[in-house]
Amino acid sequence: MTFTTIAAPRAYVGSPRRGPITRLLEDERWLATLLLLPTVLLLGLFIAYPFVKGVMLSVTDTRVGVPGHFVGLQNFVNVWEDGIFRVAVWNTCVYTFLATVFKLVLGLWLAVLLNRHFRGKAITRAFILLPFIIPTVLSTLAWKWMFDPTFSVINWGLFRLGVIHARINWLGDPNLALISVIIVNIWRGLPFYAITLLAGLQTISPELHEAAAIDGARAWQRFRHVTWPLLLPVTLVVTLFSVIQTFADFQLVYVLTGGGPANATQLFATYAYQIGIGTGLLSQGATISLAVFPVLLLVVIFQLFYIRKAEVH
Amino acid sequence: MIEGAIWRRWVFFYVPLTSFIVLLLFPFYWMVITTIRPDGELYRPWNSIKYNPFWTWHPTLDHIRDLLTQTLFMTWMLNTMIIALSATAISLFCGLLAGYALSRLRFPFAGSLGTAIFITYLVPQTLLFIPLADIIRNFRLGDSPWALILTYPTFLIPFCTWLMMGYFKSIPKELEECARIDGATRWKAMLYIIFPIAVPGILSAGIFAFTLSWNEFLYALVFLSSPEEKTVPVGVTSELIRGDVFYWGELMAGALLGSIPVAFVYSFFVEHYVASVTGSVKG
Repeated sequence: MTFTTIAAPRAYVGSPRRGPITRLLEDERWLATLLLLPTVLLLGLFIAYPFVKGVMLSVTDTRVGVPGHFVGLQNFVNVWEDGIFRVAVWNTCVYTFLATVFKLVLGLWLAVLLNRHFRGKAITRAFILLPFIIPTVLSTLAWKWMFDPTFSVINWGLFRLGVIHARINWLGDPNLALISVIIVNIWRGLPFYAITLLAGLQTISPELHEAAAIDGARAWQRFRHVTWPLLLPVTLVVTLFSVIQTFADFQLVYVLTGGGPANATQLFATYAYQIGIGTGLLSQGATISLAVFPVLLLVVIFQLFYIRKAEVH
Repeated sequence: MIEGAIWRRWVFFYVPLTSFIVLLLFPFYWMVITTIRPDGELYRPWNSIKYNPFWTWHPTLDHIRDLLTQTLFMTWMLNTMIIALSATAISLFCGLLAGYALSRLRFPFAGSLGTAIFITYLVPQTLLFIPLADIIRNFRLGDSPWALILTYPTFLIPFCTWLMMGYFKSIPKELEECARIDGATRWKAMLYIIFPIAVPGILSAGIFAFTLSWNEFLYALVFLSSPEEKTVPVGVTSELIRGDVFYWGELMAGALLGSIPVAFVYSFFVEHYVASVTGSVKG
């Protein structure tokens, strides 16, 4: 024990051959300040400041090139009374809910399939992640082409299989457009769920399954009572993460329909873009995009609560 | 493996897995086949007879040639590459230092700062793009690569920090303490002992950051306006569609070639990439 006290690093701190800066950096607080400075600066300038600015914009009537005046909550009243905004609220909720449910269920299924041993597992996993890594806008363009009203390959396939007799206008039909957009979102997000849930599955010891099997549990019972409870923490984190992303989704809808036909696929993000950037009504647009905030807040609170709880355990 | 008869294995394993793979990969196949198919075959109605959409006997490189010679595609590729590499470098630098500080050093507000960075990790671009567009305009950064090089780190740094924190926590503290007992300063122990060990983690974070910046769309769409400044995702979607006419051959060629850098990086570092995807959601 005495040895450690003699050789403790503190003994060197004040040694004369070190300059003042080195000595300053020996202090954990100064070193931490220096190391965190670039991060805090960038995040402060381009996240915290825009957020404050967004809130300030939402209580004025600023347009591009026209400095605004304080109007209180007028923008929020306007937005709330705006019929298109209400449609966007509904669409965004439907979009998020359906896409998340399908991504979770199908992703879990795929993860369970991938968790088995089979030849070519590594390459299969690599290929499955492709929809997630290829630039979304570019793969969405391929979908737009597949959904083309005149040349749709999906229609061709369904026609040949005898499922349909007339063409389906995937993106042009207001009743179908939202569903088509959701399908593409599921296609893109499913690999993310599958791969992260697979990582969660791999941490579950096979011995638990064997023990359950010896006790006579069937495959479904083993999944329900062994796998699912152990996988729940990862599932929650993945789902919450994806809910925010889906709720705030922009690029997919922008490319496929631009919010149309007749606002049938209008989401918060596309509507905020249309108003804030398209028509230059900065304040109105900022107010609409703030609609994402409550959901973000809920998820953040839930995450923090959950992480705290996990840390205690 | 599934117990019991062979048909069970087919029904519960091979058929679903194959369907998943086919459905997930079909759009990419469609991209490739559209790129090399001549226009005459491309624009045949879906219900015409003797039409085989899945194959062509007359492959052509016309679409790729048109894309490379008649559009600014190569400029967009170069822009995207510069922006993605710079944003990744900045984010790795910041994330590495911040991750080290948050996981290894004791200082006031460490906990709350960590939480704040975690929250910024969840903030979607949608929430900020309108005020940010105004700020970019005020800073006179609009329509220049700097608008993106400086803003992309906002969603990359939190992720890099998060990933590096996890990585640093797995490196035993004793390693650093040994170096310090031998006379190394804190700074040197960090630079020469801990960072070299963290290289695999840095690589994972870097690859993920690169693909994320290559994919980003909303900021690039809003902050850039001249055709020659655009990135690949924005250029392909806005400049290749003239009026209401879609040149699908060129569009798919653009989508295909625009995906290649990301696919290339991914193919070499699949394991790192998977590690960072799964690490990105670890609580």
